[in-house]
Amino acid sequence: MDPSRLPAFLLRRGIKAAIVILAIIVSNFFLIHAAPGDPASVMAGQSGAADERYLAQLRTQFGLDKPLLEQLWIYVRGMLALDLGYSHRQQMGVAALIWQRLPPTLLLTGVAFALAISGGVTLGALAARRVGTWADSVITVIALTFYATPIFWVGLMLVLLFSVVLGWLPSFGMNSVGADLHGIAAVLDVGRHLILPALTLGLFYVAVYARLTRATMLEVADQDFVKTARAKGVPEGRILRRHVLRNALLPVITLAGIQAGQLIGGSILVETVFAWPGIGRLAFEALLARDYPVLLGVFFCTSAMVVIFNLFTDLLYAMVDPRVEVQG
Amino acid sequence: MGVSRRGFTAASAAGGVLAASGLMRVSDAIAQGITPRRGGTLTTMLTPEPPILQIGVNNQGPTLIAASKIFQGLVKFSPTLEPLPELAQSWTISPDGKVYTFKLQPNVKFHDGTPMTADDVVFSVTKFHFELAPRARAIFSMIESAAAPDPHTVVFTLKQAFEPFLLMFDVTACAIVSKAAFDGRDYRQAPSVQHPIGTGPFRFAEWQRGNFIRLERFADYWKPNQPYLDAIIFRIVPDSQSRRLAMETGQTVLAHSNDIEPFDVPTLQAIPNLAVETKGWEYFSPLAWMEINHRAAPLNDVRVRRAISQAIDRSFITQRLWFGINKPATSPVASTTRFHDPAVKLPPYDPRAAMQLLDAAGLRPNAQGVRASIKHLVLPYGEVWARLGEYLRQSMRAVGIDLVLEATDAGSWARRIGAWEYETSINFVYQFGDPTLGVERTYVSSNIQKVTFTNTGGYANPKVDELFATARTSAAPAARAAAFSEVQKLLVDDVAQVWLMEMSFPTIYDRKLHNVITGGTGVNASFDDMFLAS
Repeated sequence: MDPSRLPAFLLRRGIKAAIVILAIIVSNFFLIHAAPGDPASVMAGQSGAADERYLAQLRTQFGLDKPLLEQLWIYVRGMLALDLGYSHRQQMGVAALIWQRLPPTLLLTGVAFALAISGGVTLGALAARRVGTWADSVITVIALTFYATPIFWVGLMLVLLFSVVLGWLPSFGMNSVGADLHGIAAVLDVGRHLILPALTLGLFYVAVYARLTRATMLEVADQDFVKTARAKGVPEGRILRRHVLRNALLPVITLAGIQAGQLIGGSILVETVFAWPGIGRLAFEALLARDYPVLLGVFFCTSAMVVIFNLFTDLLYAMVDPRVEVQG
Repeated sequence: MGVSRRGFTAASAAGGVLAASGLMRVSDAIAQGITPRRGGTLTTMLTPEPPILQIGVNNQGPTLIAASKIFQGLVKFSPTLEPLPELAQSWTISPDGKVYTFKLQPNVKFHDGTPMTADDVVFSVTKFHFELAPRARAIFSMIESAAAPDPHTVVFTLKQAFEPFLLMFDVTACAIVSKAAFDGRDYRQAPSVQHPIGTGPFRFAEWQRGNFIRLERFADYWKPNQPYLDAIIFRIVPDSQSRRLAMETGQTVLAHSNDIEPFDVPTLQAIPNLAVETKGWEYFSPLAWMEINHRAAPLNDVRVRRAISQAIDRSFITQRLWFGINKPATSPVASTTRFHDPAVKLPPYDPRAAMQLLDAAGLRPNAQGVRASIKHLVLPYGEVWARLGEYLRQSMRAVGIDLVLEATDAGSWARRIGAWEYETSINFVYQFGDPTLGVERTYVSSNIQKVTFTNTGGYANPKVDELFATARTSAAPAARAAAFSEVQKLLVDDVAQVWLMEMSFPTIYDRKLHNVITGGTGVNASFDDMFLAS
């Protein structure tokens, strides 16, 4: 790619991204308000007693007594000033709530993501190299098993084995509360809690990447330039790395780009099964409580992340494969 | 290269270990002569995570359970709902039942170090809860004047005698808050809402949202040498199977309320070091019923309502769905409430009688055997309620009623009940120890409102209205009892709702833990006497 074209490219994509995100904000706003019930009725339902005055007080406080378009305008105006709003239900700023829950999710999904890519590509390459042998069969069967198994079931089985039967690892949570750990001990503690959820989330994607890598490598391996390289006497390992794998990586990058965009959304299922205090659960609970500002805030973060990662993936394509041109 | 053989070991779930050793034995520290031990941390759970911990601003069940360690009320309740001293040392009631004089405990401090005085009590009752909580507002509006003649005396003068008044003064109904922290501010947005300040044995320490809430021992607590525990940790575990595992593996030592699904209770009951208790819900005594919208035909016909009631096998529901945790309902007033009339009985389970009633109501079966189609809004509070919906569909089908289940979530459910947009649903409502406080609201015509937990069904009977009014204003318990007996008979005759069961929730705890359930509000106690035996 011609480096001089990069700034113009980024500018064009930035403007497009801003428009997309604004459109997402507005449509999310209407989508959420289309759901039956509002935060006041949910709170009345939960507190077991209510009267008209109570509901009216809450609706005034939440700003729900204003016309919908005015509420939208207030929200968009706030967003333009990078103010994510205030959760009256939790009496906290939305940015603070999200900021508390984002790091655990990024940690969990980041580790699972790294595990999935490294493990998946390695296994896939291995299977492709030994295609037709017992190693290929074992890898394919394992990948297919994890690919086909529901993610929460894998999680529960891992818990049953490692927490209940063997007693090696904690079955839920992110840290040992009240143990007063510091420094390296605290890091190791989080690490111990991280193993099972990261494995659960990662195993599914390991399977996806392994299958994809194997399939594309086998496809590339049949092509003429590989035969040429082999005829020239290039060593087999080098053919695999430089000629086959590099060309087979493009679909993997596409998939990884899509997955990376979803990282921030986390996996509600894994966070729920392992009581991991992430943002996926925050969104789910906000939905049930009709906590509109929190929900919109999380949606905003996830959509921004998707847009950013799409851009990043496009740039990465150009680096891996010089034939690909970046286009605004 | 040699061929290596690998043996695959299948990890079996070791399911056979769970033998039936289901005897409940409540560990009673006093009877066993165990002296309380200082120290230790109680690790328990909280489901679902509360939005805030300030009682009054939020009065959800989980909020009350965590905040009842931070805050206290003037009284607490015995298992039979007698008021016992808490922040009030003693009290007197004038002979005409209008003047309540509370003597407060001396030396009570808030967590910020300031003393708790009569001013705080007057503020909490007449301003804070009156402003914030609908239930408190309904009762405290009867107070004509509130006075604090000295820092340790509070006098409430009522406009008229109100016999159940003391039932409104425990921590769940009227927690005492610091006047200095709230007066002159917007109560909902005061700084102490995020960092609650009470007089309880434990002070708020830390809250990592989605992860845990930690309370720590309050050193200046007014009872000497108490509390025994150093800290209480509430873990937030959203999945019910993970909560069950947490109890099985000992990662938590106390589960309560909705933590454990009823169908998982027998499994935990079989574990030798765990005890299961269903007491401790006497004050709330949730009574569950099939909520009837009296405006929707054919439900406006009393014969159809009675047919529905007689088509339901309540002991199947309590034994097979709730595994004996709940009891079949026999009256609109729970048996834990003192005005429950044991002579009142619901018509028995009898599908044949139900079909005769439907015939009499003119609902004849069509070619498919269906007499009528009725919609049912399933209560979205967890799997066991979905199972109840399925059971009801089966039992209605058996008498020719096609019950069409509608799935929903909590927000939609509350809105649709509040807006009267349903035909039938399930509802359960707290009784609060007295029918005037917890039962009246569902049946009097003056409370037909478009708000959840009012008389949303639209039932109206002038005689019932009159009897509830008599019971409300009578100072004499005997006169109240007579009115309540008659009203229970009338409501059962009218099948005002299809009452199903008196609910409780299992409290499951490690036997090392003592004094878990000591009163009529169960795990909503302050836990100042709870301890972990070594």
